[in-house]
Amino acid sequence: MNLKSALLGATALSIASAGAATAAELTIATVNNSDMIIMQKLSPVWEEATGHTLNWVVLEENTLRQRVTTDIATNGGSFDIITIGAYEAPIWGARDWLVALDDLTEINPDYDLEDIYEPVRNGLSADGTLFAVPFYAESSFTFYRTDLFEAAGIEAPTEQITYTQFEEMVAQLHDPDNGVFGTCQRGKAGWGENMAFVGPLVNAFGGRWFDMDWQPQIDSEEWRTAINYYVDLVQNYGPPGASSNGHNENRALFADGRCATWVDATSAAGYIFNPNESSVADRTDFFQAPYQETKNGTGWFWAWALGVPASSTNADAAKDFLAWATSKEYIELVGEREGWVAAPPGTRKSTYANEAYLSAAPFAETVENSILAADPANPTRDPVPYTGIQFVAIPEFQGIGNYVGQQIAAALAGQQTVDQALENSQRFAVREMTKAGYIQ
Amino acid sequence: MARAVPNSRKAINTAVAGTLGFIIFFPILWILILSFKTEGDAIKAPLQVLFSTGWTTESFGAVQERSDYFKHFTNSVVLALGSTILGLLVAVPAAWAMAFVPAKHTKNVLMWMLSTKMLPPVGVLVPIYLIFRDVGLLDTRTGLVIVLMLMNLPIIVWMLYTYFREIPGEILEAARMDGASLREEVIYVLTPMAIPGIASTVLLNIILAWNEAFWTLNLTASNAAPLTAFIASYSSPEGLFYAKLSAASVMAIAPILIMGWFSQKQLVRGLTFGAVK
Repeated sequence: MNLKSALLGATALSIASAGAATAAELTIATVNNSDMIIMQKLSPVWEEATGHTLNWVVLEENTLRQRVTTDIATNGGSFDIITIGAYEAPIWGARDWLVALDDLTEINPDYDLEDIYEPVRNGLSADGTLFAVPFYAESSFTFYRTDLFEAAGIEAPTEQITYTQFEEMVAQLHDPDNGVFGTCQRGKAGWGENMAFVGPLVNAFGGRWFDMDWQPQIDSEEWRTAINYYVDLVQNYGPPGASSNGHNENRALFADGRCATWVDATSAAGYIFNPNESSVADRTDFFQAPYQETKNGTGWFWAWALGVPASSTNADAAKDFLAWATSKEYIELVGEREGWVAAPPGTRKSTYANEAYLSAAPFAETVENSILAADPANPTRDPVPYTGIQFVAIPEFQGIGNYVGQQIAAALAGQQTVDQALENSQRFAVREMTKAGYIQ
Repeated sequence: MARAVPNSRKAINTAVAGTLGFIIFFPILWILILSFKTEGDAIKAPLQVLFSTGWTTESFGAVQERSDYFKHFTNSVVLALGSTILGLLVAVPAAWAMAFVPAKHTKNVLMWMLSTKMLPPVGVLVPIYLIFRDVGLLDTRTGLVIVLMLMNLPIIVWMLYTYFREIPGEILEAARMDGASLREEVIYVLTPMAIPGIASTVLLNIILAWNEAFWTLNLTASNAAPLTAFIASYSSPEGLFYAKLSAASVMAIAPILIMGWFSQKQLVRGLTFGAVK
């Protein structure tokens, strides 16, 4: 054991000593992604230091959301720690379903709450109270193939470009005869799938979900222009069957060298840059997600965070785990054990000041800029009564977002026109918002 | 006299049946192939997947290292067998009564039982969740055995009722005349005669309970989670885990596939019991 490991162990021990009077058995519900798998793998360090044990419930994102929502809404008490997103944290916090976490520095004096990026902290707070701590955060940017740009004589953008310019580039790069598509974008229906790309695209074209009176705006001219652009772009320059492709499918296509461009999560950069998993690791670079009418809300913001349900009977031990798993020490531990490229991105300033991380992750600076540029409180050109870039932070959004996503996927698949999709979506949104009492 | 079928026709029928069988089996075959590939190879185009040389068992090792397969497997066995045995204890007497001592509303009761299967489970999730929370049955095998039994009870009763109807009532009458009590009549006369039907009901119920994924995901956390939860933990919309997901699926379906393979004769015999008089 080297000195650093010894210090990390000692830190974990000191974190634990305050709250671990008796050993507790905690149940943690989480999603299945690379960062969470690493957390599960390293958690014995915390278990050994504290004497507490963790039972892991790992589920697919949507299943987890349904499972945890049922438990937390019924005060079921099945979980002590839950993984939630930037969408749920403020809504659930405002309903007192989560334990406030402003006192984490009392549990771990070295926790350094101020080191967490302010937009990330704000995105996980309700009325100024922090209800979840970020495990990793992401924005969106454009992945592109440097070799294809060079071959086509296209100069890589250094400034944010417009979607019109983006389409011109994509048209030049599109070469399906050689198995390369100009662009790969999400088409699979779902508020966390196609709407994650479509939401910021609509923002870029000047659209918004609701006006200041909560009237849905989906049948507006801005939406019509944006969705027509999206459908034309993907139909003309995307892979066949794009309406079935979500993040994973596009990630596989891009890693296999089949896409010239891809606007998606910054968190995928670690994967695309890993030569063991990607055949284009040495031929990929990034630029900002394009804009059109406005630069507001053109790159999304998302964070996976850890929270403690109010129904947990082991809240102190659970907070103790949070104070360890989202600490600077934990990020150090990941860097040391798993390699710095695998360190959880987008949450702490100290990560982006760490030379070891910066040299291992060439995408670090672009990711940091994208996250800092994403402002969920100011997501659109025109004023809106909500926060959130690719989502609207109200409970009704899941249903509306999923429905609109299905309509747009159907338009992309050629099963209906864009106008029909938007009319159906508008009707549905008006009905749901009326039912929920936002509008009369 | 059986009709003579020309050889060419037989060959066509065999080819069509074989092709259909292959199409139905193909997803399982593909899962099996992917489970022996690296994550990098698993995401390649289908032909590249087939002809890539990297065959490995590392996904199985990774899955076992991260998840406790045997704990999930034990839970699946307990849930499938427990709900089946409990279901039979309730369904055999119920089906006997309906088949041999029908009342005025027996048909209506049967239809009502079947109609409960038409209710989407999510419609009763919250009430059942609250009941389970209050009686301490969340994440327990006992709770899930009860729920799975209730879920499959209409099918068990219907199947047994159909089989029992095929047994001549006179035989039971004769047993009664010989002094058999009701218990002896059911255990020593009725049950042995209905063994093929009961066996197929048991097998079908075990398969249904093994594959049930709504209640087993929603009412468990870690203690009672069966293999359905084990598979679900490898599915992800953000992250490519196709090889590990395939390995987990192979490990989860292998026991029931092997059981189905060895018992298919019994299953088919039971399902077609009484079809030809």
